[in-house]
Amino acid sequence: MPAGPEHSNPAKRMRLFIQDLAAKHHFQPTRLLEMLREIQARDHHISNEAVELLAKALQIPRTRIIDAVEFYNFFSSTPKGRYELLISDSITDRMLGKDALIEYMAEKLRVPVGGVRNDGLVSLDNTSCTGMCDQGPAGLVNGHALTRLDRARVDRIADLIERQTPLAGWPPEFFQAEDNIRKSGLLLGRPIAPGDALKAAYTRGLNQTLAEIDASGLRGRGGAGFKTAAKWRFCAEEAETERYVVCNADEGEPGTFKDRGLLNAFADQVFEGMTLCAAIVGAKHGFLYLRGEYLHLYDKLQAILAQRREAGLLGRGILGHNLDFDIEIRLGAGAYICGEESALIESLEGKSGIPRNRPPYPVSHGYLGKPTVVNNVESFFAAAAIAVHSGAWFAAHGTEKSKGTKILSISGDCTHPGIYEYPFGTPVRTILDDCGAKDILGAQVGGPSGTFISNREFGRLLAFEDLATGGSFIVFNNSRNILDIAHNFTHFFAHESCGFCTPCRVGTSLLRKQLDKIYDGRGSAGDVAALDEICRLVKTYSHCGLGQTAANPVLTTLARYPEAYQSRLKKISYEPGFDLDAELETARRLANRSDAAAHLSQTGE
Amino acid sequence: MTKTFILDGQPIPFSDGQTIIDAALDAGAYIPHLCHHSGYTPHGSCKLCSVLVNGRVCSACTFPATEGLEVLSHTEELNEDRKRITQMLFVEGNHLCPGCEKSGNCKLQAVGYYLGMHDNHFMHFFSPRKLDASHPDVMIDLNRCIFCTLCVRASREKDGKDVFAISGRGINKHLIANSASGLLKDTDLEASDKAAHICPTGAILIKRTGYATPIGARDYDHQTIAEVSLEQEQESHGG
Amino acid sequence: MADKKLRIATVSLAGCFGCHMSFLDIDERILELAEVAEFDRSPLTDIEHCGDCDIGLIEGGVCNSENVHTLREFRKHCKILVAVGACAINGGLPNYRNYIPLEECLGESYLDGIGVENPQIPSDPELPLLLNKVRPIHEVVKIDYSLPGCPPSADVFWKFLTDLLAGREPALPYELIHYD
Repeated sequence: MPAGPEHSNPAKRMRLFIQDLAAKHHFQPTRLLEMLREIQARDHHISNEAVELLAKALQIPRTRIIDAVEFYNFFSSTPKGRYELLISDSITDRMLGKDALIEYMAEKLRVPVGGVRNDGLVSLDNTSCTGMCDQGPAGLVNGHALTRLDRARVDRIADLIERQTPLAGWPPEFFQAEDNIRKSGLLLGRPIAPGDALKAAYTRGLNQTLAEIDASGLRGRGGAGFKTAAKWRFCAEEAETERYVVCNADEGEPGTFKDRGLLNAFADQVFEGMTLCAAIVGAKHGFLYLRGEYLHLYDKLQAILAQRREAGLLGRGILGHNLDFDIEIRLGAGAYICGEESALIESLEGKSGIPRNRPPYPVSHGYLGKPTVVNNVESFFAAAAIAVHSGAWFAAHGTEKSKGTKILSISGDCTHPGIYEYPFGTPVRTILDDCGAKDILGAQVGGPSGTFISNREFGRLLAFEDLATGGSFIVFNNSRNILDIAHNFTHFFAHESCGFCTPCRVGTSLLRKQLDKIYDGRGSAGDVAALDEICRLVKTYSHCGLGQTAANPVLTTLARYPEAYQSRLKKISYEPGFDLDAELETARRLANRSDAAAHLSQTGE
Repeated sequence: MTKTFILDGQPIPFSDGQTIIDAALDAGAYIPHLCHHSGYTPHGSCKLCSVLVNGRVCSACTFPATEGLEVLSHTEELNEDRKRITQMLFVEGNHLCPGCEKSGNCKLQAVGYYLGMHDNHFMHFFSPRKLDASHPDVMIDLNRCIFCTLCVRASREKDGKDVFAISGRGINKHLIANSASGLLKDTDLEASDKAAHICPTGAILIKRTGYATPIGARDYDHQTIAEVSLEQEQESHGG
Repeated sequence: MADKKLRIATVSLAGCFGCHMSFLDIDERILELAEVAEFDRSPLTDIEHCGDCDIGLIEGGVCNSENVHTLREFRKHCKILVAVGACAINGGLPNYRNYIPLEECLGESYLDGIGVENPQIPSDPELPLLLNKVRPIHEVVKIDYSLPGCPPSADVFWKFLTDLLAGREPALPYELIHYD
């Protein structure tokens, strides 16, 4: 870089940087998130100046950029530290001592949680589950995953930060993410070789291959369970011929990390599944929407895409057939809601992740309004295997309504956290035995949006018709408190609500306040009924799956452990929703009073 | 033969492409709503128009009318829950009606009246929100914004501008103005813009026009929002 | 029991007495009311503390420690407690101070506002201390009914009380529900 006078002026440097950035992304507003990621990485915030320059370069309203900056957790309009530390606040991280650890970090680095140190060197905050529950407490430094944090590691990290050591100079083991694949079944035990699924599909015929996927009974592995073959067929039948294939690798459900493992160990097979889908539905362009927390996988995945192009498995005329298809990786920026398929599409278009009104569904009106298949990583992974091994092979396992296997992310109180593959229909008890869980209170199946099951329900089955799950499976032993769990999850949803609709935007915050009141021991007789009412409103009237499941942590634990809630209530008829005496503190201080009349008891009873 | 669906036991005719709410309002059947406005792209965010379509909760303003649907809207349970949703809006923002120029002509208030809402039921948020009086003719009081996006849509769809947007996430969402300073005076908004008049609450007001109508002669003093809304529908079709 | 008069107590907390004035607008109907009801603690009677009552009508929100004590006294002694008017229901106009930190409010009034002489924050123990925020009364005690309006019209009071006296569940027709 020439250090001429032109480049010594920060305003000019910024102008050139933004101009180059926009040009690099072909001035495409759909790539806004990628550009904002680069600005955030360079400046540790996105300044008004950057917003103005970028809006001009992309010819979009500045409000669209401001919205994106304020919507996504990994962007900031005010400066963060040059070392931006985010600590994963999943229940599993907490169970591994995260709360004490983040306080130790704050003390060690002399920066408050949620703040930036005065010298601007470091900032520290909580973030939602980073997908390292099997190797936590976890976090991110400037977007790169940190695993197995402990005091010794924090000491070394603090030292590296004080010495301003670039991340490249940090010990690689700090960033080491293990796959922890503990139990392989039908799919994990028999990965396919690159190209095999496509070759099989073309040999068999694409229509016949779709019929095989239909016969396999494969249903979407994100949790909702829509039949994969039906989705592909609907998309293929659309009149509009510009079609897209999207792989949803935004696994943000706390306690889920199996896609991280699949993408690290079997990315080829996932890409092959996407390419197979493209061949069947007639798409030319595919996206892997990778959650921002998995930045550590990005370069490796790009390399695999490059190899596949090299091998004629991507690009023009794939394997000599009339198939042109390529895959682009897009990174998220910290928003759980983007796991919802229509919010994900909005995000792919460079906007904030607000779920769309449905109908129309993405299969007819998806990316840029064109027919789009959105499937989970595991669905594409399974589809590729089915194309090779046949539908009957897959359908021979599982139950009547849930064919094949499910890949689980198991974490929490067990000796062997990691990735496990089970045929559908497996009882919870078997899973708990395998992962080394003892003295169990219960398990959260399907993450916060799923179900909490108690130790009286371990005969229940892993299946769409019983316990549907996107793959999160968190074990709790008897030392855990049921309200700690509901509390952590309820705060998670309030934090992740996109805010589009009233019942979720306001309701999840009301739910948080109401649960906090009980959790903090400030509840009275009517407060559980009030909690239940808010739950019902949020669940019934919310716009999308986030709101519709946001009350599940409270509802599923309240149904099983009403006494856990009741025991926190004061034995009085009514308790104010706020701390009365604390509300007098300012006035007391200003009037310099400490007499008895300057205080209030919390209740009049 | 016209196609129909059933709303609260009555057949409602509709034409292809119409939503449940559009067809219902055309037929003289009111469904409570705030973010819906006929002639604007449906938004579906306030959820007041939640109805049961063949037993499932759907937003009447976005759900396409189709032959033979069984829709329930005017039930005690739905109206009770709509009241709760309205109360959520009241505690989220800072809606102090006695001090608001829009009082008497405010749709949020009128929906509260219609649903028999006497109090705010929930804990108040008391979040400090901003006020922008920089524009010579128009002012914004974000205390009263309910995120219906009608001003956003009006500016884009009717005025051919892009003055407003909703920014941010969750409970921190807020209305922003499209200017480098963030101030309304530096946008290209004019008092004659549709966007300056469409606000259902007192969040966007035209200056120097407040309290022109005496109490007793305002929109909702004697007529319910159901009556006013249906009259306006008739007028817009007649005109 | 049948011929025992209904006992009503009223009070204004952080309010302007406008609701009380509006109550008096029932005019000559007050004679009819006096036949079946009598007043306990109320600005109309000068009784200082609330005895056991059937109905307590509360005007105004809760802005200071004294309001809390008064409200609790009413809750303790009244079978039915009613939030009367916008201030009792959502804090009303006094709630405008909720968006300015209390320290700034007091500073402006007693320390550095225009025309302040002998600047000091009042500290006499006789004076109630201000809460950080003005609260609606339902956030401090349990409330049985709310009468909206600023103020609720005389007809609202009349309809509500006559419904209660007649043993009906109180209900307000459309024209009587107003938030202003």
